[in-house]
Amino acid sequence: MTATLPIRGAGDRLSGLFWRRPGVLLALLIAPPLLWLGVVYLGSLAALLMQSFYSIDEFSGVVVEEFTTKTYAELLRPSNFDIIIRTLLMSAAVTLGAAIIAFPIAYFAARYARGRWKAVFYLGILLPLWSSYLVKVYAWKLILAKEGILTWAAEGIGAGFVLDAVLSLPGIGGNSLSTSFIGTWLVFLYVWLPYMILPMQASLERVPLSMLEASADLGATPAQTFRSVILPLAMPGVIAGSIFTFSLTMGDYIIPQIIGTSARFVGQAVYQLQGTAGNLPLAAAFAVVPIVIMLVYLTLAKRAGAFDAL
Amino acid sequence: MKTIRLLGTSALAILTGLSPALAQVTAIGAGEGQVNIVAWAGYIERGETVKEFDWVTKFEEASGCKVNVKTAGTSDEMVALMNEGGFDLVTASGDASLRLIAGKRVQPINIDLIPSWSTVDERLKDAPWHTVDGVHYGTPYMWGPNVLMYNTEVFPEPPTSWNVVFEEMTLPDGKSNTGRVQAYDGPIHVADAAQYLMTHKPELGITSPYELNEDQYKAALDLLRVQRTLVSRYWHDAFIQMDDFKNEGVVASGTWPFQVNLLQGEGFPVASTIPAEGATGWADTTMMAVDAANPNCSYMWMEHSLASNLQADLSVWFGANPAVPAACTDGRGMQTAEGCTKNGLDDFEKIKFWTTPVSKCPQGECVPYYRWVSDYIGVIGGR
Repeated sequence: MTATLPIRGAGDRLSGLFWRRPGVLLALLIAPPLLWLGVVYLGSLAALLMQSFYSIDEFSGVVVEEFTTKTYAELLRPSNFDIIIRTLLMSAAVTLGAAIIAFPIAYFAARYARGRWKAVFYLGILLPLWSSYLVKVYAWKLILAKEGILTWAAEGIGAGFVLDAVLSLPGIGGNSLSTSFIGTWLVFLYVWLPYMILPMQASLERVPLSMLEASADLGATPAQTFRSVILPLAMPGVIAGSIFTFSLTMGDYIIPQIIGTSARFVGQAVYQLQGTAGNLPLAAAFAVVPIVIMLVYLTLAKRAGAFDAL
Repeated sequence: MKTIRLLGTSALAILTGLSPALAQVTAIGAGEGQVNIVAWAGYIERGETVKEFDWVTKFEEASGCKVNVKTAGTSDEMVALMNEGGFDLVTASGDASLRLIAGKRVQPINIDLIPSWSTVDERLKDAPWHTVDGVHYGTPYMWGPNVLMYNTEVFPEPPTSWNVVFEEMTLPDGKSNTGRVQAYDGPIHVADAAQYLMTHKPELGITSPYELNEDQYKAALDLLRVQRTLVSRYWHDAFIQMDDFKNEGVVASGTWPFQVNLLQGEGFPVASTIPAEGATGWADTTMMAVDAANPNCSYMWMEHSLASNLQADLSVWFGANPAVPAACTDGRGMQTAEGCTKNGLDDFEKIKFWTTPVSKCPQGECVPYYRWVSDYIGVIGGR
């Protein structure tokens, strides 16, 4: 005595099939993304990796398609190694700066902002992300220029000497903020800050209030509570945010082209070497560097439990 | 499906059979209805940026060929697009044109089918960047020098030497040039240093700034390392450079007439000169793809591209020099004789035009371009 509903068409037959064999539906749903991931994404990565094991012939400038690690050795040449170190230091500095600035903002948003203020907070953080990246960078170029608003303001309040002192710092200083590494750092910091604040705020919201109270009850000073309770519990969020700021800085090639001393970062080197230079192997080897660094970074982050918070 | 494929292959076979790589078009037939062009931004205007600058609409009406433009930002992009195929014409600079010819991406041009060829500047007709073994691979379009732009408030007299951007010195306003000069952010700038050395270190024996042996190359890099200590930031984008002249205190730099004209148009106190050492420059050629799908419209466009009124308007718009000198004087377009002089029309002899450095050169072994790239990256990085 089973009641069978009449089959009304192809649609019914299809949903019947899906019901009887859920595997078919699953396969159908994940086949396109899997194909994309496998062929387009991993395939191009593999092609990149392969290119990096070729080399360029010193005399003709033609790519020699034979396996060699010569190209990787070229990365160690002082001028190339500089680029890697420069990019690494900048990524680390941006990440550190972003963590320090983002923490109080995220803490305020997680603990104190309520109702309308919360909306204002989200809008304030996300608004810059909605405007064009290039417009923001060009705006910063004007702000940081030698004859820009920042210098003008500093001189107006008699703090011009502070700016001059900062700019005379060896290595990171320069003729003006917009032509120094400090300027590049500031702009990176501004552009990637939201990516640090949001995961940080998410993890801070999960810190139970009761623990803070317990810490106070046991006689801990606010500084102790921060060090031993809040920071360790918020760490996964900080690390998650740092993955964004670190990797985004590693890969960017537009900001250092507009703001800074023109000294190359990894992204710019890749862009330039694969162009007229026709030095695809070296460009590929350069492109592998951030991938390796990020793999190491992600392994360490995973060990620190960063992905539990996502 | 099979039939279609069969048709396709046989059509291809017939086509390739009929047109071996070196064959030229012998007659222009009816237009195909369109022409696809790869061009520099601002090169092919249809009045959409500024209404007066339009040299496409009338051509489309007269020929029935719709003009489709794909703009490219660098010579590399142009070469890549032409390698992909699907385009009929490209406005290639000297550092791309020879690569296109060597790579067999462009076809020889039958100049008998282009009546305006006779009006082309004599100095450009057989230029080595589009003529190989006496065969023409395109029609000249525009050319211009890389001039020295300077701030007229700092320099009451035009600088007479490129030394203001290559060596530390006190400028006429009593302050050092450190941090107040700029240089081009492309490896081709090594040639500017080499050209400077041609005058100042003749013992190096440099004959062409694009053909440097190891010693000459090393001397050029050393000069560029001195320049690095003077330059706060290298210029890459025309509009960023203009901004640096306005807001960053830059007073002298190599540049294109384009930036000079725009800054002067805004009333900013700059002028340009070609110093005693001469200058480097660029010259662009309209070239036709080897497998152009619309050859008739392509030939019509090449003929049209040499019309003196188009050349005049374009040279005003782009701050460059027409390939047809009559454009400066015949009054059919907006350009005038003074305008052409300002853009450097009379300085042709002083200009060493951009070509891609290759390892084979008259003096034997030269440093190829890919090394210019990696070494210039090193110089800018302070090495």
